Amino acid sequence: MKKKIVVVGNGMVGYKFCEKLIAKDIAKKFEIIVFGEEIRPAYDRVHLSEYFAGKTVEDLTMAPTSWYAENDINLILSDPIVDIDREAKTVRSHHGLVKGYDYLVMATGSGAFVPPIPGVEKDGVFVYRTIEDLDLMQNHAKKATKGAVIGGGLLGLEAAKALLDLGLKEVHVIEFASRLMPRQIDEAGSRVLQAKLETLGLQIHLNKNTQEIVGDGIIEAMQFADGSRLDVDMLVISAGIKPRDEVAKVAGLEVGIRGGIVVNNALQTSDPNIFAIGECALAHHMIYGLVAPGYEMAEVVATKIIGGEKEFMPFDMSTKLKLIGVDVASFGDAFIQEPNAQTIVFENSAKGIYKRINISNDGKYLLGGVLVGDAEQYNMLLQNTKNKTILPADPEDLMLGARGGSEGGASGVMALPDEALICSCEAVTKGGICHEIIENKVTTLDGIKKCTKAGTGCGGCVPMVKDLINETMKSQGVFVRNILCEHFDYTRQELFDLVKIKGYKTYNDVLDHLGKGDGCEVCKPAVASIIASLWNEMILEKGNATVQDSNDRFLANIQKNGTYSVVPRIPGGEITPEKLIVIGQVALKYNLYTKITGGQRIDLFGAHVSDLPEIWEELVNAGFESGHAYGKSLRTVKSCVGSTWCRFGVQDAVSFAIEVEERYRGLRSPHKLKSAVSGCTRECAEAQSKDFGIIATEKGWNLYVCGNGGVKPRHAELLATDIDSATCLQYIDRFLMFYIKTAEPLTRTAPWLDKMEGGINYLKSVVIDDVLGMGETWDAEMNLLVEAYKCEWKEVVENPELRKRFTHFVNAPKVKDPNAKFEPMREMVKAAEWK
Amino acid sequence: MVLEQTITWHLACNTEDIPADGGACALIEGEQVAIYNFARRGEWYATQNLCPHRQQMALSRGMIGSTGAEAEPKVACPFHKKTFSLKSGECLSGDDYVIKTYPIKVENGQIFIGME
Ligand SMILES: Cc1cc2nc3c(=O)[nH]c(=O)nc-3n(C[C@H](O)[C@H](O)[C@H](O)COP(=O)(O)OP(=O)(O)OC[C@H]3O[C@@H](n4cnc5c(N)ncnc54)[C@H](O)[C@@H]3O)c2cc1C
Ligand code: SF4
Ligand code: SF4
Ligand code: FES
Repeated sequence: MKKKIVVVGNGMVGYKFCEKLIAKDIAKKFEIIVFGEEIRPAYDRVHLSEYFAGKTVEDLTMAPTSWYAENDINLILSDPIVDIDREAKTVRSHHGLVKGYDYLVMATGSGAFVPPIPGVEKDGVFVYRTIEDLDLMQNHAKKATKGAVIGGGLLGLEAAKALLDLGLKEVHVIEFASRLMPRQIDEAGSRVLQAKLETLGLQIHLNKNTQEIVGDGIIEAMQFADGSRLDVDMLVISAGIKPRDEVAKVAGLEVGIRGGIVVNNALQTSDPNIFAIGECALAHHMIYGLVAPGYEMAEVVATKIIGGEKEFMPFDMSTKLKLIGVDVASFGDAFIQEPNAQTIVFENSAKGIYKRINISNDGKYLLGGVLVGDAEQYNMLLQNTKNKTILPADPEDLMLGARGGSEGGASGVMALPDEALICSCEAVTKGGICHEIIENKVTTLDGIKKCTKAGTGCGGCVPMVKDLINETMKSQGVFVRNILCEHFDYTRQELFDLVKIKGYKTYNDVLDHLGKGDGCEVCKPAVASIIASLWNEMILEKGNATVQDSNDRFLANIQKNGTYSVVPRIPGGEITPEKLIVIGQVALKYNLYTKITGGQRIDLFGAHVSDLPEIWEELVNAGFESGHAYGKSLRTVKSCVGSTWCRFGVQDAVSFAIEVEERYRGLRSPHKLKSAVSGCTRECAEAQSKDFGIIATEKGWNLYVCGNGGVKPRHAELLATDIDSATCLQYIDRFLMFYIKTAEPLTRTAPWLDKMEGGINYLKSVVIDDVLGMGETWDAEMNLLVEAYKCEWKEVVENPELRKRFTHFVNAPKVKDPNAKFEPMREMVKAAEWK
Repeated sequence: MVLEQTITWHLACNTEDIPADGGACALIEGEQVAIYNFARRGEWYATQNLCPHRQQMALSRGMIGSTGAEAEPKVACPFHKKTFSLKSGECLSGDDYVIKTYPIKVENGQIFIGME
């Protein structure tokens, strides 16, 4: 008969245990039953906060229920185990199921520790542990404005970030100790972290002991032991974790004084047939509150059950925090100090950076350290600590990053031994990753994640995996930098900065000084766009015409039969009857097909190249200008009618849309830009699907950024709430300048944000808090661009030299392209079908 | 040598009619000929104007440039960015198309296209 394994708890570690059994190909030799208390299969708790950033339950789920079924695992959800009969070797569930076991694995994790403060049961008080907790918080946050978190540790700060994400205006962190993250970082590091967090909008209160939670059924305020009081309408308690050892305790297993199921090095409890793994286990006198040691425990028990030998050794507790645009990390022995070690400290309080490394007294090894504000070197330092790498002569270089261009010498990823553990969650070594890169030609991060699982746990090693991919490929002689094309050895951002510093205004200048060869269809439009973004000069002058994309070169969009479409700007979608008539007359005269576009304007299709200047002339004379439908630039600012006519409107959406459209018209950017303004929260203008969208509120405007329709639709994210028109424009100015300066060519704002480290919160800190200190420069640059704006059509109409270029045949300017064929359609025409 | 004798030279246009580092189309003997002014290298090329991909009269409106160690001159069709060698007419972006190229010469500011 098959032996039976019962797993109690289907959290991250319980799941991993199942996965390990299957990987060892022994699942079929055992009957496996898993009991889970939650209603859904295990999900990624580590990235729980991303639920607020738009990740769905499916995204977070470790494996769907079908996976368990396929692997013959009997998964029973919503039914916790309440009793263990160790004599009979059976467990009993809440619903009364009784199952026998040969091995019992407790993976019950932990719950939030809630201190016995009077009033914790009130509405509006939450813990932060499960998806249900987050759903409840999300609901409550809709009507809350002032939030607080009790606990300034790793999870507390993450919860505080979540409250900011939920749109609360004020977020307070209440910490009982005299500093933040007391378990991970030292006094000085905490100070720097605190200052940094304050600039990001968190209010930090230290040495505060909460005495009571005040309110009539629902939280209204917090009362502190020092007599002070704080009005809040939402509270998250994150004061620590409490191992779920209640069932084990009743069954008579040994538990620790402060909780946790006591286990030996083989992770056996006081009953050798019962194991405990993950956050419920008390191993080496401690609870390992991180996922990596939990996964290692799963491995140890899986090995043990198949008869192998493996012990759980004291595990490295280094952590890198995924916080609000502030890096925080601690590794190895972070606190060891003289006389047991030498410490080197670097602090730049202006920039909010603190770094400390601890070195053995003989100067040979790195023992541990703390990083605040800049944790770029975290992975390297951690590796050096773990692998006992002999330090270079100037160990501070490790902490400060390489200066003077050297590649960091012996401390680079390539210098690590093959057995160096890169991903500790999944126990993947450097050798394992390099093998995939070299032998199996897996050269993308996603590919490596798939085949090795590295980077799929806490994600902390992802930057290092990327480095490994890049460095390994380089050592294989493959060129990997994200350079523009074969003619330019620079990324778009580098090129942007160089062109700006040098003041180049023509493509040939840029190519002569910064590139090689003759250019191509990739770098030409990219450089043309940079030049246009920087100087906003007429794009067809100074020999730049032929480096523009064909649409830009002809200031119109090429269509299926080689003719063009013409889109005049209709700001905010507002148009007078007189202008409508002119459009109709022009369309009739040149036999154009007319259609209302999705951006609330009118597109005229089927114009011959040689007719373009005449069509523009008629439109310009009637007061129209170019709509830049052909350019990588601002398209339209859609609007709803707003408070001028609509009975729900709270602001004049059309007037503001016109102002916004006229401000940014003609602005060249890495990709097209779309915008919209809605007059109230009903959102008739669909502003949340735009690169920047504005929605009226009673008090002003809410600004959303980085949405789009198209192939991969994306909801925009909230950047600022209740701002006045001037502030709104200023934020858009800065947002756009930042995007234009840093995005790769042809990258829209949404994927640009996806790639941004720190995401929307970092973007907020740049745009709103001006952490880069670029605000004023960008304001000034944008104003210059706005002033430099001219209608491109008008310039062609008025310039005979430019006008001459708009012919199909240079030697027969009057003759139209005989190949441009049309077919009738309803009362108009369409382009002939292509072959 | 032999080639020189079998082709006729047709006047297409003046040099200033073709923008620097770009192209334009001329109508010669009923054929649409794309003429390219590779000003960076002081070279001139001519090909058919028709892009074989979707039969569009568009190559003269494409961007020109070069590729590879030999700096092979090329043009990219504005429709779907297929690229063609200006020397051999071969498609450089992986399709089997070959476009026609024409002999071209410049005399006294005038451009002549050679046809058989
Ligand atoms: C917001 C947040 C952020 C975090 N960030 C990080 C991080 O950045 N890095 C990191 O390493 N760690 C992080 N952690 C910690 C990490 O999530 C845990 O270490 C990990 O989830 C522990 O896994 P586990 O399986 O032991 O426990 P859990 O994931 O808690 O799973 C235990 C499961 O058992 C169930 N259960 C309990 N009792 C019973 C019973 N009697 N019968 C049946 N089922 C039962 C529970 O309902 C639960 O579903 C974070 C945790 C949170 C909450
Ligand atoms: S968004 Fe509001 S103001 Fe605008 S049309 Fe809709 S209901 Fe009216
Ligand atoms: S959705 Fe496709 S077919 Fe329609 S306009 Fe855009 S590119 Fe053309
Ligand atoms: S028509 Fe020329 S590439 Fe498609």
